[in-house]
Amino acid sequence: MALPSAPKASRTGIQPGKKTTSLWKNLWSMRSLYLMLLPGIIYYVVYKYVPMYGVLIAFKDYDILSGIVKSPWADPWYKHFQFFFESPYFNQLLTNTFLISFYKTVWGTFLAIFVAVLIHEGRIPWLNRIVQTLSYMPHFLSYVIIYGIAIAFFSETSGLINRLIVENGGSAIPFLSSESYFRSVLVGTDVWKDLGWGAIVYLAAMSSIDSTLYEAARIEGAGRLRRIWHITLPGIRSVIILLLVLKIGSVLDAGFEQIYIMYNVQVYPVADIIDTWVYRVGLEQLNFSLATAVGLFKSVIGLILVYLSNKLARKWGGNLW
Amino acid sequence: MVSRGSERYFDIFIYVLLLLLAFICVFPLLFVLSVSLTPYSEVLRNGGFILIPKSITFEAYKILFGMEEIPRAFLVTIFVTVMSTALNLILTIPLAFALSRKHLIGRGFFIFMIVFTMMFGGGLIPTYLVVQWTGLLNTVWAMIIPGAISTWNVLIVKTFFENLPEELFESARIDGAGEFKVLSSIALPLSIPVMVTIGLFCVVASWNTFFSAIFYITDNDLNPLQVIVRRLLVSTSELDVGNTDVTLPTTTLQMASVVMASLPVIVVYPFVQKHLTKGMLVGALKG
Repeated sequence: MALPSAPKASRTGIQPGKKTTSLWKNLWSMRSLYLMLLPGIIYYVVYKYVPMYGVLIAFKDYDILSGIVKSPWADPWYKHFQFFFESPYFNQLLTNTFLISFYKTVWGTFLAIFVAVLIHEGRIPWLNRIVQTLSYMPHFLSYVIIYGIAIAFFSETSGLINRLIVENGGSAIPFLSSESYFRSVLVGTDVWKDLGWGAIVYLAAMSSIDSTLYEAARIEGAGRLRRIWHITLPGIRSVIILLLVLKIGSVLDAGFEQIYIMYNVQVYPVADIIDTWVYRVGLEQLNFSLATAVGLFKSVIGLILVYLSNKLARKWGGNLW
Repeated sequence: MVSRGSERYFDIFIYVLLLLLAFICVFPLLFVLSVSLTPYSEVLRNGGFILIPKSITFEAYKILFGMEEIPRAFLVTIFVTVMSTALNLILTIPLAFALSRKHLIGRGFFIFMIVFTMMFGGGLIPTYLVVQWTGLLNTVWAMIIPGAISTWNVLIVKTFFENLPEELFESARIDGAGEFKVLSSIALPLSIPVMVTIGLFCVVASWNTFFSAIFYITDNDLNPLQVIVRRLLVSTSELDVGNTDVTLPTTTLQMASVVMASLPVIVVYPFVQKHLTKGMLVGALKG
């Protein structure tokens, strides 16, 4: 008799505590889900959130022996930021980062759309399949491989292009170590790598365009080019704009890995970006505080840009999709 | 009506461009392969490398595999690839499953917690200090554990789980199955395609492991393939004095190392292309 009444008593008896008990009960009932979360969350805390705490050393004079906590505060606290903003690197790094990123985005987007249109217009299924398979492949090659390919073509002594130039009476051009060519090599090889892969999204967007539009245009007498211009491209306009807007958020990521792998001292003036500079100052010169400060500067600007670009994308999203 | 003839010409124009595109994508790889197989005598006779050598030699590959550094780098890379992929799946699946349960208390908080790391991070040095603090510096685990979860993959798998019909889970729960049972016997068997996709992304990424080694590894014995190949590319390129006592041009060796490091990806890729493309689209739709 006492058993069925027991829960009733607790339900009516401890009215104020009701919410907490049921919350704990709910949490307890989900214990296996929390157990599943645990390893992942530990990973995020240790390898993502502890480093965020570690940015403290941007405001300290980090000393390897003292560690993060015991290292003395920088005086003034913005010392390392000030040093960076007033140094000649500031302008150079920001310019290089922005320009390389900008060129990659513009060329990459333009050519990906071009490739998508080509494949979309292709009428032979097997040819399309082969072209797609071959053009997606470079995306999976590492930048070390890309650098190897770049050497095969652009090397001053043994590169194919220079050999052709020399055979035709010209003099070899040091593409990989010349300030006037290196950025183009960076942008060109990066665009090549993602030529097909970047087209996938546009291709998907094109395939959802209403096919009766094409039919109607054809009957009206519009040629293929005009159909591309008036139906295909407007049909993916929203996707293009959305991707470009989202790209704003990562404008400071000019391609650390590629540039680190391919650059050399001769091209620092045109190729050194924030990330590569942070790496050299931090892990080669072991100036941890300065490197962290500059990294933090980049992360904060990046966060603001991501926030703004997402907001912009969402705001337009209503009208676009 | 548009004349049939002009449509036909346009088609031919498109096919020519498509073939050109395929050529642009493949030619660089074929050229690299050709250079790696060209014997020295041919290079001397032609005054340089040509596209199709009259005879081929595997000399460069023999030299590379005799270098002791290369086979070891292969082993390191294979170990990193296998362990990274396994660890990624082991950590991603339960995390994504728990986050996909809409009634989970604190779900919003946890999702924000992981998504935020895509937008902001401590940066290179603070992460380096954590890797050092957790004792991974200069161990093979430094190339595995710091990248053990990709937030992108978690979101892809989470979305997949969310889209599974809820009734399946409900009926299992009524039968008394716990969450682990629901995950292992209902959700997982249904999600093999998505697991293959993220697993493959992980395989490719870890095969190409480069930066984590540059950051955290100083012991040459632990360097993965990409690092060794890059060193070959840099140390013998025009920026440095050429190594003259090798019986082959340095470029031949370099290109052979490039072929060697990319071949596994190129050979496997056509078979798994479908899965990879699908993953790309799921990711793009999410973003």
